[in-house]
Amino acid sequence: MTWEWGVIWEYLPRLMDGAWLTLELVFVSGLMGLALAVPLALARSSANRWVSALPFAYIFFFRGTPLLVQIFLIYYGASQFAVVKESFLWPILKEPYWCAIIAFTLNTAAYSAELFRGAIQAIPGGELEAAQAMGMSRPLMIRRIVLPRAFGIALPAYGNEMVLMLKGSALASTITLLDLTGMARTIIARTYTPLEMFMAAGVVYLLIGAALIGLFRFLEYRFNRYQYYKHTPLPANIDPQLRDEHIDS
Amino acid sequence: MDLQGFGHLLISGAWVTVQLALASLAVGLVFGLMGAAAKLSPYRALRALATFYTTVVRGIPELLLVLTLYFGGSQLLMWFMGWFGYDEYIEIGPFIAGVGALSIAFGAYATEVFRMALLAIPKGQWESAYAFGMSPLLTFFRIIMPQLWRLAIPGLGNLFQVLLKDTALVSVVGLNELMRQAYVASGSTKEPFTFYMAAACIYLGLTVLATLTTQWLERRADPAGRGARI
Repeated sequence: MTWEWGVIWEYLPRLMDGAWLTLELVFVSGLMGLALAVPLALARSSANRWVSALPFAYIFFFRGTPLLVQIFLIYYGASQFAVVKESFLWPILKEPYWCAIIAFTLNTAAYSAELFRGAIQAIPGGELEAAQAMGMSRPLMIRRIVLPRAFGIALPAYGNEMVLMLKGSALASTITLLDLTGMARTIIARTYTPLEMFMAAGVVYLLIGAALIGLFRFLEYRFNRYQYYKHTPLPANIDPQLRDEHIDS
Repeated sequence: MDLQGFGHLLISGAWVTVQLALASLAVGLVFGLMGAAAKLSPYRALRALATFYTTVVRGIPELLLVLTLYFGGSQLLMWFMGWFGYDEYIEIGPFIAGVGALSIAFGAYATEVFRMALLAIPKGQWESAYAFGMSPLLTFFRIIMPQLWRLAIPGLGNLFQVLLKDTALVSVVGLNELMRQAYVASGSTKEPFTFYMAAACIYLGLTVLATLTTQWLERRADPAGRGARI
């Protein structure tokens, strides 16, 4: 087997262009997905069955079908309808870039909505009761108590979802986008060095993934600081009256 | 939904998808068990190898794995077999490449599931089997495996769902599974939405079936409903 390092170095700048598009796709659809996931999660955890039915069906569909089908449904499927082709949406839906963004957004929204629902239900009931006892209205309670708490609880799982999203973004290459995978495939078509280029792309994915994990560790440290609080032990000869029976044992 | 006589094509594609998923599950479970055994082994080199495997495979896209094995698989395999003095050309078809890639990906996640399950089984189980004079292998199959199963099923069920959806990726390298057949049908009818929607519905049906099977297995492995507790 011949292994050509030279090809990797020669095409590294182009591979980096691809990595940039991958980052852009993940970042844009991650943010839009987050914005969509929050109302979905709130509606999904509603006690009213009529309110929770639609998000349930949405989440069920997007979690039960492959991302590739969703991308193709949007990119190829939209052109089947003359109504869509004549509407103002067509300039957006004919671009593979926007189709990928839409598909990733809808997909990640479904997965994150389910995460946030779990987090909302994991909030201790006493905290909600305390908020009610303070006389907070429902919207105020959701804004000040439910969402920040749920965000903190869901953060580690949401970090995992973002890594999955990064891996899913490779599917953009199937609709002619030159993301990291697409760029690697284009280069391979010219040089025929599949193992070298795919390995190089894989290393770049690993690095981006490691950076994402690091970012979420940092965010977790910021948002869930109370869990990282380290209590300095008191000197042994301190006045017993100054001890806090809950902390100092 | 009018499928214009392409229904049987989708059904045959779905059958290939099921075969692909089950074959990858079988191979992937072996990878997962080996990975977990390596991660818990007393040998440092084996632990490092298993950690490298799970870290790398869980960090790169499944699509990249499928493409690598399909386009570079025969090169890799021929290089590997060259060590044993085998110099014939080896071709890797899309099905084999798909099973390889999906089972490697499944195995990396299953390693963690099995590792947690193995850790949850008390050491005393191993010790008492040893006291009875069972060999480690016999202990594993008679004593540990039945308990491991019960602890691992929920996690493996989730992973199988992911695997089932990832089979769609193998269509990219030209295997005639569900997604590819939907592509073919939509190409000749110019009705892509209809056929991708039909494919999506079949995938939904398959994932629901997988969920129900997992629940059934979970109940069967744990009839008293004791939960994940030993």
